[in-house]
Amino acid sequence: MKILVMIKQVPDTATQVKIGGDGRGIDTAGITWIVSPYDEFAVEEALRIKEKRGQGEVVAVSLGPERAKEALRSCLAMGADRAVHLKDPAWDAADTLTTARALAAVIKQEAPALALFGRQAIDDDMGAVAAQVAELLGWPVASWIMEDAVDADGKTIRVGRQVEGGLEIFDMPLPAVVSAQKGLNEPRYPTLKGIMGAKKKEIKEVKAADIGLAAEPPVLSVVKLESLPPRPPGRIIQGEPAAAAKELVRALREDAKAI
Amino acid sequence: MAGAYWCMVEDDRQGAPKKVMAEVLGEASRLAGQAGAEAEAVWVTDKATPEGIKQLGEWGAKRVWLLENAAFAPYRAEVWTPVVADLAGKESPQAIFAPVTTRQREFMARLAARLGAGLSADSTSMTMEGGKLVATRPVYAGKLLSKMAWAKTPWMATLRPNVFRPADPQAGASPDVQKPAVTVPAEAMKLVERRQEASTGLPELTEAEIVVSGGRGLKGPENFAILEELAKVLGAAVGASRAAVDAGWRPHRFQIGQTGRTISPKLYLGFGISGAIQHLAGMRTSKVICAINKDPEAPIFKIADYGIVGDLFEVAPLLTQEFKRLLEK
Repeated sequence: MKILVMIKQVPDTATQVKIGGDGRGIDTAGITWIVSPYDEFAVEEALRIKEKRGQGEVVAVSLGPERAKEALRSCLAMGADRAVHLKDPAWDAADTLTTARALAAVIKQEAPALALFGRQAIDDDMGAVAAQVAELLGWPVASWIMEDAVDADGKTIRVGRQVEGGLEIFDMPLPAVVSAQKGLNEPRYPTLKGIMGAKKKEIKEVKAADIGLAAEPPVLSVVKLESLPPRPPGRIIQGEPAAAAKELVRALREDAKAI
Repeated sequence: MAGAYWCMVEDDRQGAPKKVMAEVLGEASRLAGQAGAEAEAVWVTDKATPEGIKQLGEWGAKRVWLLENAAFAPYRAEVWTPVVADLAGKESPQAIFAPVTTRQREFMARLAARLGAGLSADSTSMTMEGGKLVATRPVYAGKLLSKMAWAKTPWMATLRPNVFRPADPQAGASPDVQKPAVTVPAEAMKLVERRQEASTGLPELTEAEIVVSGGRGLKGPENFAILEELAKVLGAAVGASRAAVDAGWRPHRFQIGQTGRTISPKLYLGFGISGAIQHLAGMRTSKVICAINKDPEAPIFKIADYGIVGDLFEVAPLLTQEFKRLLEK
C-alpha cells in the first residue's frame, strides 16, 4: 500500500517573526524551520500503517523553496521511503488552491491508496489544502482524525473524526484524503541510523511543467502583514489573597464589565 | 441588486441554528448593507424547524435557502459540496461566510476548490475597501495579522466565534424561504457510530463566553476540580494548557493553543499557566484576560488585563466564593 504524506516547513513556534521588506511576507533571516507539528502526526501515522501491514511505501511531499528539502529530509529520517519536492517560481505566491492543485497533480501521478495531511500548517493556519485536494481528486475527505484503521484488503479505512462534543467514526473507501489532529499518535524521533540513512534516500524535484501546470495568479492573496495592536497595559492586583480576589471580581464586574 | 452575502448555517443537529450564527449574519448584514446587498442564510440539514428559520430571519437573513434532506446528516463534504456549489452557480453570491467549526472549516475549503474561489479561514475582522472585501486573520501563532484580498467572487471566509458583534435581533422579521430541488450526490463515507463525550455540564470550549483554564501550576489532574467549581459558578468552559494535556491531566480536546483549540471568549481566566507562545496563539483574541500565577515573571502577565501574583490553590477558591456572592445577588 502506497501512502503519500503532504508536509510543510514552517517557522518554529518559539521563533520571533518580523515583517519582511515587502510588507506581505516575513523576514526569513534567522528563523528556525521545522516540520509543521500536525504534519509530523501524519508522517507518524503513515509509518505506523505501513509497519502494521508489513509492507508498503511512504512518500513525503512538500511544496516550498529550496530549504523545504530539510523538512523532507527529517521525514526521511523518521522512516519515509522517498520524497517529492515541488519547487518552482510559479508557486512563489501560491495560495491554498494553487498548492492544492500542485499536490493533487502529484497525488494523481503517484496514485497512492491514502493521502495524509496535518490538520493545518502552523504558519498561516489556513487548514484548507487537504479538503481542497480531495475535491480536485474527487476523493472523500475526513479532517481532524484522532484514530484510524485500514482494513485487511486495503480497500477501506475506518476513521474517527473529531467534532464538537465527540468523535464520528466513518468507513471511507480508498483512495481517500485524511488530515491528522493532535492525539492521533506520538511522533517518533529519528534514530541516528535513520538520520544517516536519510542522506541516501531520493528527493525528487518536480517543477510545475513536469506535472502539466502553469503559473496562475492566486485567487486569495496577502495584501499586508501587520503587527498586533498593543494591548492596554494590564493591572496587577496587589494585596492579601482574599482582598485581591474581591478586588478582581469587582474590577471584572464594574470596570471591565466582563461578568 | 448586488449578489447576496451567504451565511452557511451551523446548527445544533436538532433543527436550531447555533448562537454563533447571530455573529455571522450580523457581520454579513453589515457588509452587505454597505454594498446595497442583503444577507441570506444557506442551511444544509436533515432537519430544520420553523422556529430555527424564524431565528435566522431575526438575526438578519432576508432569505433562507433551505436544503433539507435526510442524506445531509451526518455531514460529509462529498455530499454537501456539489449541492451548495450548484446553488452558488445559479445564484452567484457575492460572498459566502461560515462560522469556524470543525465541519465548516472542512466544508468551506472543499467548496472553495469546487468554485475556484479564495477562502480566508478563521478571520477576525472584515472591512470594505474600495468596494472590495478585505479580511484580517491571525498568522504565525497570532504574532502577526494578515490582511487578505480576493481576486474574484465569491469572497469566502470562515469567521472566528465570539469576535464579531452579534446582530441585534429584529423581532418578527420573517425571511423569504426558498426550497430549491436538490439532487443528492452519491455518498462515499458511511457513519459507523458517534461517540459522544461524557457531558461535563459545562459549555463547549470554543463557544463559551467565559473560559477558565489550568496549566502546570495545578500540579495534578485531581486539582482541575478546583477550576470546575469556579466554572460552574460562572457557566464557563474549562480548558487546559499543552503542559497539562501532555502530562495526561486532561484529554486533548480541552487543550487551548496552537496545537489545540482557538478560543476568543469575553473573559479568560488562566490559573498556573505561564503563557508560552503556543498557548497565547489559542487565546490571545480573548476580550478580557486574567492571570493567576505564582511567578511574577510569567509571560502571561504581559498580555493580561488583570493579574494576581499568588498561589492559585488559595486564590481560585476565594474567587469562586466572590463570584458566587456577586452572581447570587
